[in-house]
Amino acid sequence: MQIVHAIAALGLIALFFGLFLSVAARYFAVETDPRVEAIKEIVPGANCGACGYAGCANFAEAVVRGEIQPGGCIPGGEETAKAIAEELGMEVVESEPVVATVFCIGDKNKAVDSFIYDGVKDCAVADKFNGGFKACTYGCLGLGNCERVCPFDAIEMGSHGLPVVDEELCTGCGLCVGACPRVLIKTLPRRSEQGHLVLCSSQDRGKSVSKVCSVGCIACRACVKACPQEAIEMDGKLAVIDLNKCNDCGKCVPVCPPGTIYPRNAMPKESNQENEAVEKTAVSGESG
Amino acid sequence: MERVLSIIFIYILVENFVLHRFFGICPFLGVSRKMETAVGMSMAVVFVMTMATLVTWLLYSFVLIPYNLEYLQIVTFILVIASLVQLVEITLRKISPTLYQGLGIFLPLITTNCAIMAVALLAVREEFTLVEAVVFGVAASLGFSLALILMAGIRERLEMAKLPEALEGSAITLITAGILSLAFLGFSGMLSL
Repeated sequence: MQIVHAIAALGLIALFFGLFLSVAARYFAVETDPRVEAIKEIVPGANCGACGYAGCANFAEAVVRGEIQPGGCIPGGEETAKAIAEELGMEVVESEPVVATVFCIGDKNKAVDSFIYDGVKDCAVADKFNGGFKACTYGCLGLGNCERVCPFDAIEMGSHGLPVVDEELCTGCGLCVGACPRVLIKTLPRRSEQGHLVLCSSQDRGKSVSKVCSVGCIACRACVKACPQEAIEMDGKLAVIDLNKCNDCGKCVPVCPPGTIYPRNAMPKESNQENEAVEKTAVSGESG
Repeated sequence: MERVLSIIFIYILVENFVLHRFFGICPFLGVSRKMETAVGMSMAVVFVMTMATLVTWLLYSFVLIPYNLEYLQIVTFILVIASLVQLVEITLRKISPTLYQGLGIFLPLITTNCAIMAVALLAVREEFTLVEAVVFGVAASLGFSLALILMAGIRERLEMAKLPEALEGSAITLITAGILSLAFLGFSGMLSL
């Protein structure tokens, strides 16, 4: 008799809770659009936020609502855009694949520090602290905010203290662009990585640049004059190469006194020359 | 009345479920990284623990004892707790999807939060009356919330602090938990039932 009681009691309790839960589930049901579920399956699911939404699920909802184009998922690329568009019965607006590029080559050995920074290992914090520990106020602080924000492990801080972008892993999501407090990273169209670039972001006068960094653009305009395509223009105190005009002739490379210009298919990876930094005493007066 | 008041103080401070009895350590370490999720988790636990104590007490007194089925108490209690957690999950998903996502796996894991089972079992073992049992449930869950929120506050500050590399992450969290527990040891013996 005891066993009957036990089974009946537990069975009835379970039945009661089951019914109660099913009523609750009906009452609190969350309606989801089946298309949202389908798109969630299509997108990469890295929740990188490159589309401007908090995660892939939010992106899927936004696409269904029509707030963003299917091509808005940058890491997903063309294939994802097509698959989403197919799901929604839309036409694809193609977007060009891009790759992140760091516009600073003033590594530990080439650019000097104005003081020793021993604070939080975060570029944004270091940048706010007394103008940053690097004597060049435009250069990379090398504390790796871009490395940490990259959802695809495409950025690694090299031993020379600068980020190195793995072009194969980079999806061009652009998160690192926003993560860099000094806006040193730009996304450029891939187009089989053609053209040359001036790898510096400094807007300082030539004299101030050469004091703090041996490879910064000194705004000498030698490259502007040397370029047969007229692809190089001065943006303030910085030479900028227009990738649409550049034909990879390479005439700007040898004329650049600090050697700031590199072809995109042979970007500097890690420096092996030591002690190239300019004399530390040159800036000790400014550091205060 | 006096007994009810002492139950409240004993289970919030003196015999804090997390810091004195070491129940519910998993969510205590798991969701204490951010204040927002810690508060959400606390509210969910307060609800589940109070309801669980109420329902399990009623079931134990009016179903299990009359039919001599006391040996089924753990099975029954698990059933009650799991159902309540499901209810919280369904409700939260509708009411606050952000909190639902923030709590993540720790929400369904309230089911296996031993603090809740402990409250249900202790309420029966201590032979509390219905009112005392419910107060016990509320007090224990508030104690849990207190520990969790204290921990979240400390951890949010530790996030920006400069730590020796070897202590970063879970190491400093466990050390902090230990110091908190030691601090609560100071309350021991102040009150008893």
